[in-house]
Amino acid sequence: MIQVKDLNKSFNGNEVLKRINITMNEGKCNLIIGKSGAGKTVLIKCMVGLFEPTEGQILYDGRDFVTMSEKERKQIRLEMGMLFQGNALFDSMTVEDNVRFPLEMFTSMTKKEKQERVDEVLSRVNLKGAHKKFPSEISGGMMKRVGIARAIVQKPRYLFCDEPNSGLDPITSIVIDELIQEITQDLNITTVINTHDMNSVMGIGDKVIYIHEGEVHWEGSGKEVMTSKEIELNNFVFASKFWKTIKEDQK
Amino acid sequence: MNLIGVGSVGIISIMTLFIGAVTSVQFAYQLQGNLIPMWYIGIIVRDSLMLELAPTLSALLLAGKVGSNISSELGTMRISEQIDAMKIMGVNTTSYLIGPKVLASVLVMPLLIVFGVSFGIFGGLLVALGGTSGFTATEYIRGLQDPIKDFDTIVMFIKSVSFAFIITSISAYQGFHTTGGVVGVGKASTRAVVYSSIVVIIADFLIAALLL
Repeated sequence: MIQVKDLNKSFNGNEVLKRINITMNEGKCNLIIGKSGAGKTVLIKCMVGLFEPTEGQILYDGRDFVTMSEKERKQIRLEMGMLFQGNALFDSMTVEDNVRFPLEMFTSMTKKEKQERVDEVLSRVNLKGAHKKFPSEISGGMMKRVGIARAIVQKPRYLFCDEPNSGLDPITSIVIDELIQEITQDLNITTVINTHDMNSVMGIGDKVIYIHEGEVHWEGSGKEVMTSKEIELNNFVFASKFWKTIKEDQK
Repeated sequence: MNLIGVGSVGIISIMTLFIGAVTSVQFAYQLQGNLIPMWYIGIIVRDSLMLELAPTLSALLLAGKVGSNISSELGTMRISEQIDAMKIMGVNTTSYLIGPKVLASVLVMPLLIVFGVSFGIFGGLLVALGGTSGFTATEYIRGLQDPIKDFDTIVMFIKSVSFAFIITSISAYQGFHTTGGVVGVGKASTRAVVYSSIVVIIADFLIAALLL
């Protein structure tokens, strides 16, 4: 479980996050949604330690990530996996080397054990046969899968996904969403997803957190989004004709 | 080590070969009609290459070749979030990404400079063998046989190591702190080359002023 308490983040006096209080449960897909510039990416970057919060707490199963020493943070980082918006795969490494990288750095597994683990996770994300390819030789959807494989290779307790559907076609987006959901449930991990994709919200949103101008404006499940009366949320979610029509049909 | 060392042998060889040749031609021109014997050209070419030309010009060349390469590589890793990915995994990105580059250059640069000095001397010999610059190969070799001062060799290695450290650390710093997307990578790369070159020249003067 991840708890964010009274989190503030400012850049040069400009307050980007204002008193964020949220709880994200394990075994669930926790989606952070909001307009561009609302502070979603800043929030997720604060949670993984890429930005230092101005004030507040980020508790990983009760352990405060903000105040702990760098040595203690390193331990928590071993329990994190992250899928980046642009995948952040290492260009100079093959698919299997990318996935093996965390194992090489942080485990004392034998070469055989590492290879077995790499094969296992690549198989888990349906990427058999791409082991020796370089990131530049595979499609966007495959890159996302490699990113997911690398994120879960160390069996993390917390998985962060920054816009996992960006740049993907609708079918591949659904496949990636379902994959993330399956992994979350199978491994019973706390997954935090930063997204704009309303299909994801409705499809895998166990918990949806709507951020507006740096504040948590609304919380609920993906299904509750459809019935919410929150004006800002409705303006955001039902901005497209497609979702507006669906909501009117439901009425 | 391959990029900085083996990958730079070709360009260093070509540059120092011609620098040695040009130095010998110019000094032969200067010494004509003087009382200084022509075999001095061998000493002048060798010592100039060791103390100044090979370390400094090679460093300026490597600031362009290796410095821009290191900076753009790290800059691209920064903007494509590869460095962030490593940080989240718990990797000490500075020591993992920059440390080996600095170490490799500090180890390889002295070897490159020795290689460069040899090629420069060979360039001077080729001019002598050409027979059109007023000194003979025998005279040139007579000059080369004059004993080398140990301290000159030490200064050459001090310069090589210092310049290698300057180029890689400045370039790595610029690349590592790249901001502003693809345009930022280009700017960081330019800054790496410019700053490295300026600091190399300043360090060259300081080393010479303090040690010679």
